[in-house]
Amino acid sequence: MTALLRQANFDLLIFRRNPAATFFTVILPIIFLLLFTSIFGNQEIEPGVRAATFYVPGILALAIISATGVNLAITMTTRRERGVLKRVRGTPIPAWVFIASQALAGFMLSIIMTVLIVLIGRVLFDVSLNANGIPSLVITLFIGAFSFAAIGLALTSIIPSEDAAPAVTNAIFLPLYFISDVFIVGADTPTFIQRIGDFFPVKHLSNALQESFDPFAVSAPFPWQNWIVIAVWGAVCAVITLRTFRWTPRR
Amino acid sequence: MNAISVEGLVMRYGDFTAVDGVDLHVDEGEILAFLGPNGAGKTTTIEILEGFRQRTSGQVSVLGEDPASAPLSWRERVGIVLQESEPVPELTAGEAVRMQAGYYANPRNPEETLELVGLSDSADTRTRKLSGGQKRRLDLALALVGNPSLVFLDEPTTGFDPSARRESWEMIEALRELGSTVLLTTHYMDEAEHLADRIVVIANGKIVARGTANELAEQVKATTRITWTPQTDFPEPPESLGWQKTQTGAVIATDDVVPALSALTSWAMEAGVDLPDLNVARPTLEDVYLTLTGVDEQRVEEQ
Repeated sequence: MTALLRQANFDLLIFRRNPAATFFTVILPIIFLLLFTSIFGNQEIEPGVRAATFYVPGILALAIISATGVNLAITMTTRRERGVLKRVRGTPIPAWVFIASQALAGFMLSIIMTVLIVLIGRVLFDVSLNANGIPSLVITLFIGAFSFAAIGLALTSIIPSEDAAPAVTNAIFLPLYFISDVFIVGADTPTFIQRIGDFFPVKHLSNALQESFDPFAVSAPFPWQNWIVIAVWGAVCAVITLRTFRWTPRR
Repeated sequence: MNAISVEGLVMRYGDFTAVDGVDLHVDEGEILAFLGPNGAGKTTTIEILEGFRQRTSGQVSVLGEDPASAPLSWRERVGIVLQESEPVPELTAGEAVRMQAGYYANPRNPEETLELVGLSDSADTRTRKLSGGQKRRLDLALALVGNPSLVFLDEPTTGFDPSARRESWEMIEALRELGSTVLLTTHYMDEAEHLADRIVVIANGKIVARGTANELAEQVKATTRITWTPQTDFPEPPESLGWQKTQTGAVIATDDVVPALSALTSWAMEAGVDLPDLNVARPTLEDVYLTLTGVDEQRVEEQ
C-alpha cells in the first residue's frame, strides 16, 4: 500500500510538470466552463438555479477522462517507447502495483478537478451543488476514474508509437465527446447517433454526473445503469490490459 | 561460486539463430566483458540473463535462479543498465533515483548513490536537461540504488566521445571496489581490455575466444608486418627478402622480425635506396579482435 501511494505521488508530480497533460486536463476544462457561460449565458432558470449548473457535469466528464484515459494512454505509451517501463520491469516492484498506482493517480486527479471545477463554478457563476447528489457524485468519480484509467491502459496496446499516441487517443475520444452529452446536451440528435453514444462509456459518465448535479432532485440520485455500463467497460479493459500490456519498446 | 552460469544457450528467431550454443561463467566479484561486433548476439544473451527474453534452449543460472522463472525478490539483487532507456524527463535526477529506490526493500541511500556516480551537483536538475554523459551516470545510479550484487551493463559507452568514455570507465572501475559482479557488453576491444578481468569474444552467436587480454593476444599468432613505400625508378629488393607489393606500398609479413628487418635495411644501404614510411607493426589487440570475429578477412580481401 505504501509502495502504491508513493508511486502515485510521483505520478502526480510528473503530471504536474508535464505542460501538455496539465493543459488538457486542468486548464482546458476550466476554459470550456468560462466559454460556455459567456456564450450561452448564465441566466437564472429557476429561483436559485443558474444555467452554469448544467454545463458543469459535461465539463467534469471531460476532465475525468483527460485525467485518466487520455493521460494514461499517452504517458504510458511514451514511457514504454522510451524504455522507462522496461527499466521498471527490471526492478522488484510488482507489475500490478505500478499499474494500479497510475490508476490511483488518475483518481486523485479526478477528485482534485471535481473540487476545482465545483469551486470555480460556485464562486464565479453561482453553481449550486445539491447535497442529495454528493454520494452519487463520489461513486461516479470512483467508478469513472478507475474504468477510464483501464480504458487508457488498454489503448496503449494498440498504439504503435509515441508520435501516434495523442492522435489515436484524440481520434477515439473527441468524436465521442460530441455524441455523449459532454458539450451538447439535449439537442435533437438522430437516433442512430444516440445509439452509438449509448454503446460507449463516455455518455454514461456524463449522464451519471448530470444526475448527480441535478439541482431539482428531491431524493438522492442513483444512476446504477450508467455505473454498470462504465464498470463493464472498465473491467473488460482491465482484462485486456493484464493480457496485452507491453513493457518494452515496439521499435 | 558462479554469479552467472550459462550452458548451451540457444536463441532462435524463426530460421535465424541469434545465439548458438553459448557457455558462459562469471565468478562472484569479477568484471567480465562480453565482446563482439554489432549483431553478434550480445544483447540477446544479456537480455536473457536479465529475464527480459525467453530462451529457446540451454541452462541459465543467474545468482542461483533461472531468470525466466525467478521470483521478484531476485530482482532485488540485480542491477541493470539498459542500452536505450531514458529517465522520466519531468523528474530531477535526485527524484528519479529516489523513485527507483522506492522499488527496493533495502536500497542504497539515494544521495550517496548520486555521489558515487558523480552526479551530486546535478541532483536538482531535470533529467531532460542532463548532458549525454550525465544521463548515463544517472542510468548507472538507477541501476545501483537497489544495492545489487550483480550489475549488467549493455554497451555502456557506445556513442560517447573519448572524455565521456574515460569518465564512464572510472565509474565502472569504482564498481569493482564495491565488490559487485559486473557483466558488460561492448564492441570496443580497448574497453574490454581496460575494464575487464576476463574477456569473452562472441561472433555470429558463437563464442570464438575467451581469456584475459594477454591470453587472447597469444591465441592468435598474428604475424608482424614490416611496411614501407618503395621509391619509383629505384631497384626493387630481391625476392629472397619475402616481400610483396600492396596497393599502398610494400610489406614483409614475418614471425622473425629482427633478421627480416636487418636483411631489408642491409640491402637498402648497399643499393643506396631509401625506405620511406618504414614501419614495423606488432599486431594490436584490436587486430586480434578483428581476426577473431572475422572482420579482418574482409579487410584483407579488400586490399
